[in-house]
Amino acid sequence: MNARIVTRATRASRVAMIIGLLALIVLAAAPWWAGRADLRLMGEIFLYLSLACLWNLMAGYAGLVSVGQQAFVGFGGYMLFALTIFGGVHPIVAILIGGLLAAVLSVPIAILIFRLRGAYFAIGTWVVAEVFRLSFAQASALGGGSGSSLPVGVVKSLSESRSGREALSYWLALGAAVVVIGAVYAFLRTRRGLALTAIRDSEIAASGLGIDIWRTKLEVYVVTSAFTAIVGGLIFLQKLRISPDAAFSVNDWTAFVIFIVVIGGIGTLEGPIIGTLLFFALRETLADYGTIYLIALGAVAIVVMLKAPKGVWGLIRDRYDLELFPLSYRVRVDSNDKGA
Amino acid sequence: MPAILSISGLSKSFGAVVVADETSFDVQEGSAVGILGPNGAGKTSLFNLITGTLRPNAGRIEFGGTDVTAQSAAKRCKMGIARSFQVPQPFGGMTVFENALVGATQGAGLSGRDAQTFVLEVLEATGLIDKANTRAGSLSLLDRKRLEMARALAAKPKLLLLDEIAGGLTDGECVALIETIRNVHASGTTIIWIEHVVHALLAVVEKLIVIDFGKKIAEGEPKAIMDSAEVKEIYLGVDPDV
Repeated sequence: MNARIVTRATRASRVAMIIGLLALIVLAAAPWWAGRADLRLMGEIFLYLSLACLWNLMAGYAGLVSVGQQAFVGFGGYMLFALTIFGGVHPIVAILIGGLLAAVLSVPIAILIFRLRGAYFAIGTWVVAEVFRLSFAQASALGGGSGSSLPVGVVKSLSESRSGREALSYWLALGAAVVVIGAVYAFLRTRRGLALTAIRDSEIAASGLGIDIWRTKLEVYVVTSAFTAIVGGLIFLQKLRISPDAAFSVNDWTAFVIFIVVIGGIGTLEGPIIGTLLFFALRETLADYGTIYLIALGAVAIVVMLKAPKGVWGLIRDRYDLELFPLSYRVRVDSNDKGA
Repeated sequence: MPAILSISGLSKSFGAVVVADETSFDVQEGSAVGILGPNGAGKTSLFNLITGTLRPNAGRIEFGGTDVTAQSAAKRCKMGIARSFQVPQPFGGMTVFENALVGATQGAGLSGRDAQTFVLEVLEATGLIDKANTRAGSLSLLDRKRLEMARALAAKPKLLLLDEIAGGLTDGECVALIETIRNVHASGTTIIWIEHVVHALLAVVEKLIVIDFGKKIAEGEPKAIMDSAEVKEIYLGVDPDV
């Protein structure tokens, strides 16, 4: 009898890993080869990539289709401003504390909104985000409805020179994307990641096989909310200015993120990466056309949803049986044993 | 032998539809019990109550001497109850191997190589080993049914609930399935099996329970039950006088 062995890495995944590492080295060196505007754009791309990966984990895997994650983007941004201005904390520390506070805050919110199902859950998350926006608009110390800017002293505490600061905020954005993708990948490879993937496909079967659905969802919600707040802090560290409308924008921090995940391929790790590249390619080529740009985005979304409901990555994966992140288990007959 | 499962006064209704009406019965450890009843009699609902997918309006479910009436489905699986679904519920985006691995790592609590080796054994026993790398969403109905069984077995259940696993199989496939279920039973697993393919059922079970409109109407030795006029009339739709 031939021995069967179980492997996870494939040739495609090994190649992807090497290309990914090389790309990472090139990208990490960007402050030395890219212009100021490009650096800023790439930083934005990495932050959107992080948001998309997080939303994908929450909605694509845990089935928590939230349209209110802007609550945590804005919360993270505001915590950066509040803690640096009133607490005198270093901006990076403030952003991390913002993440922790978001985690704490997300627990009671989860207990409340997890009682809702499907569309009602989505609406519930949006309502929560609006409550956040209205609450921060009341905070007159942070500029109320018109918002406030990050004081020069705080900005200078990052770096004396403008180019130094821009390089730092670029690296932070790149770091956030690497940490988020790495963490999501590492989690999905574990037993509990397997359980989460099972929940993605059938909740009823998953609970019948011993998976505590509610607890798994809660953990995913808390962790994604915390990371989303950290990314939010980084977004507004790059912008240096915050206002309730910008911080809690459903368009910027949820609609575009959903677009990215859906066209890329929801419920896959590769989807958000491809989706982010497509989104920015569209934005950079069409942004000059104003309204037409948004109409084009909508049209692309509709076509993808109709023709390729699993997104661009879903098409590629089904066609070529490809996997860049080795999450699958593959059973094969051990060739060394074949003659035995 | 002690009862592994003991159900007493179990009732459940959705509005006017009664799916369980003060049902009571015991299942002895290591036995194989068949459940018969017309469509809509409440057979699958009974499974949903036993596994915890549904909560009863009244009554009590004991598993291995412990009251599990208030326990979640996940907890009950970890305690040793696993099931196959009548309408297959595969994890469509995952491979056959991964589907069964969920049962082994979550239900049975195995990890690493132990889990993988055990899953390979289960796939071998259920005839799915050659499809281990196939995405479950692209399986045929027969293979989906096999997968239901494999996934439940991978959870190493003490009590296995099979819901119409033989429906739609050819005679040859049915014989293979009976063989598999007999082996599972021989290894000490208690089985409760809902099945319309009566000859398959009778090849395995030692006791039959017949339900209709959520009520248990007969319970006992298979041959006696199948011969009883009441069962013939209600279940088989045959006039007992003819």
